[in-house]
Amino acid sequence: MAAFEPVLSRNWNNPDILSVKTYESKGGYVGSRKALTTMSPDNVVDLVKASELRGRGGAGFPTGLKWSFLPKDRKETFMCINGDESEPATFNNRYLVEKDPHQFIEGILIGCYATKANTAYVYLRFEYIKAIQILEKAIAEARVAGHLGKNIYGSGFDLEIWCHRGAGAYICGEETGLIESLEGKRGWPRIKPPFPAIEGAFRKPTVVNNIETLACVPHIIERGADWFKSMGTPKSYGPKLYTISGQVNRQVCVELPLGVTTNELLEDHGGGVWKGRKAKAAVPGGISMGLLKKEEFDIPLDFEEIRKTGCLGLGTAAVTIMDDQTRIIDYLYNTTRFFAHESCGQCTPCREGTGWLYKTVSRIRNGGGRTEDLDLMSHLANNMGITPGTTICGLADGAAWPIKNALAKYREELEDFIKHNQNPAYKITAGQDAISRGKSPLASNTSMFVPGIGLAKSLTN
Amino acid sequence: MATTSTTLDSPRMLPEAIRQKIEAYIPRYPSKQAVTLPALHIVHSYLRCVPYQAMKEIAEMLDLSPAEVADTMSFYGFFPQAPLGDVRVWVCRSISCMLRGGDELLVHACKSLAIEPGQTTADGKLTVEFAECLGICDHAPAALADDGRVFGPLDEPGILSMMAELKKGPVPPESL
Repeated sequence: MAAFEPVLSRNWNNPDILSVKTYESKGGYVGSRKALTTMSPDNVVDLVKASELRGRGGAGFPTGLKWSFLPKDRKETFMCINGDESEPATFNNRYLVEKDPHQFIEGILIGCYATKANTAYVYLRFEYIKAIQILEKAIAEARVAGHLGKNIYGSGFDLEIWCHRGAGAYICGEETGLIESLEGKRGWPRIKPPFPAIEGAFRKPTVVNNIETLACVPHIIERGADWFKSMGTPKSYGPKLYTISGQVNRQVCVELPLGVTTNELLEDHGGGVWKGRKAKAAVPGGISMGLLKKEEFDIPLDFEEIRKTGCLGLGTAAVTIMDDQTRIIDYLYNTTRFFAHESCGQCTPCREGTGWLYKTVSRIRNGGGRTEDLDLMSHLANNMGITPGTTICGLADGAAWPIKNALAKYREELEDFIKHNQNPAYKITAGQDAISRGKSPLASNTSMFVPGIGLAKSLTN
Repeated sequence: MATTSTTLDSPRMLPEAIRQKIEAYIPRYPSKQAVTLPALHIVHSYLRCVPYQAMKEIAEMLDLSPAEVADTMSFYGFFPQAPLGDVRVWVCRSISCMLRGGDELLVHACKSLAIEPGQTTADGKLTVEFAECLGICDHAPAALADDGRVFGPLDEPGILSMMAELKKGPVPPESL
């Protein structure tokens, strides 16, 4: 591979970069000046479209396309920047804000100019206390230096950026949950359509972009779409911040071209598996994305290839390594506990499904498992989420994916665990046994969410 | 329900300076309701909790029903209704921290203080809570104090000395 020159992280070793003067002296705010003074908003959208920049927040939706969904005749547009970053093992956005806030502000400025948004809200999770301090200071400096405010660079374009602190809810990283939260309500995701581009924050056309996505934009403006597409793999272009954590020697955030493999990350950047052990599995991009086996560590971590392993996607590119002494049941205990805690409670299949998955996995882990529990888990996992069409947002899909992947890739280990971990304290009554084996009329209720078949079945029982 | 009215039946608990801080946020948003979270944060940093009386006063300022403020506030895990310890610390239990012993560290920490997760020490100095991913996985197993201090990678002696340090009280924001 050709030597890769860092783009997003190029200033991270320079603590002075927090000051607007230093950032300017390193070529900062050149891209925004170029966009605002020599390009029309549509030119900017077209250039970002041509770069094939895909959203870095998890779903990988093409950014330029997202911008072009805004109605042409709109009067007011809002930009919301998703800095809720709560996907377990993810911390790349925090690095971007703490280590080079002006690059991010410049990205916001260009993104807002392209989408004609005069107000941008940066939704940052409250836990990023230092990042919020740094960003608020940088915004104030940028305003004094003329990069924000009225008639920026004499272009006639006005922009204000406000920081909006979250309050500890994973679901506010879902774009419509974020909008509801911004509006001062509980962060319950909205049914789509209407998509935010048509009706978003305050019922106005709204773009929701990720921090890293916007940080890429100044570089695309300065160096062009072809330069951007010279990095990465087909359909996954540009630089990407990967994080590696868990059972490794070095937990780091590192910038690489899209499409690096888990092996490269682990060996070249994570310093190998800790305690001299071998790797067993990895979480490819936050726990919502599922599970990679060691044999899949040579698959490129990009938007396309990773899906061939049965994982949900690249997600946040937050790789977590598990060593060969880690039990899959403990991994599932952790993921189900997380989602049961973070389900917002709006949709029944998710609120109940995440809870029951957690209870079932906990029972297995404590020695009360039965082999049919694995089928029950599979049934629950297959019937919650936007994939089967039973929930408003994708949280339930993220909760289901670790289950689906673990059952597909480690079923034998789980069956073995159940067989060899039987705690006599979990004696099952005859009635419980009948229900669990589908011999009771009550059991049909678990089929309710099988689209088409299940409801009919439970009605005829 | 006792009341949905925003009439205040007791003297105000939020001083003028706090009210002005909240009001300064109103021009930032097209709706007053959007100031709910900022207002809750402002009140929380002043009182270190948000009691019902403060919710009513926020509601009055933002033309909302107190129930709307309570609805929003209770959705989020951050805002307690009664004060916690002088320092609040979250010990992470999500995947990267769990894999490096985060769950056991939380138990160890609480046991040494003779409290359960979520409780405050008898001297009122420290509240220990679990957290889902804090976004500081480069420090895993990690903990975050509510003054912004980040701790980790922690081990058993490390978490004990962290707590001893935290019991000395919060540090000012500029020291981060």
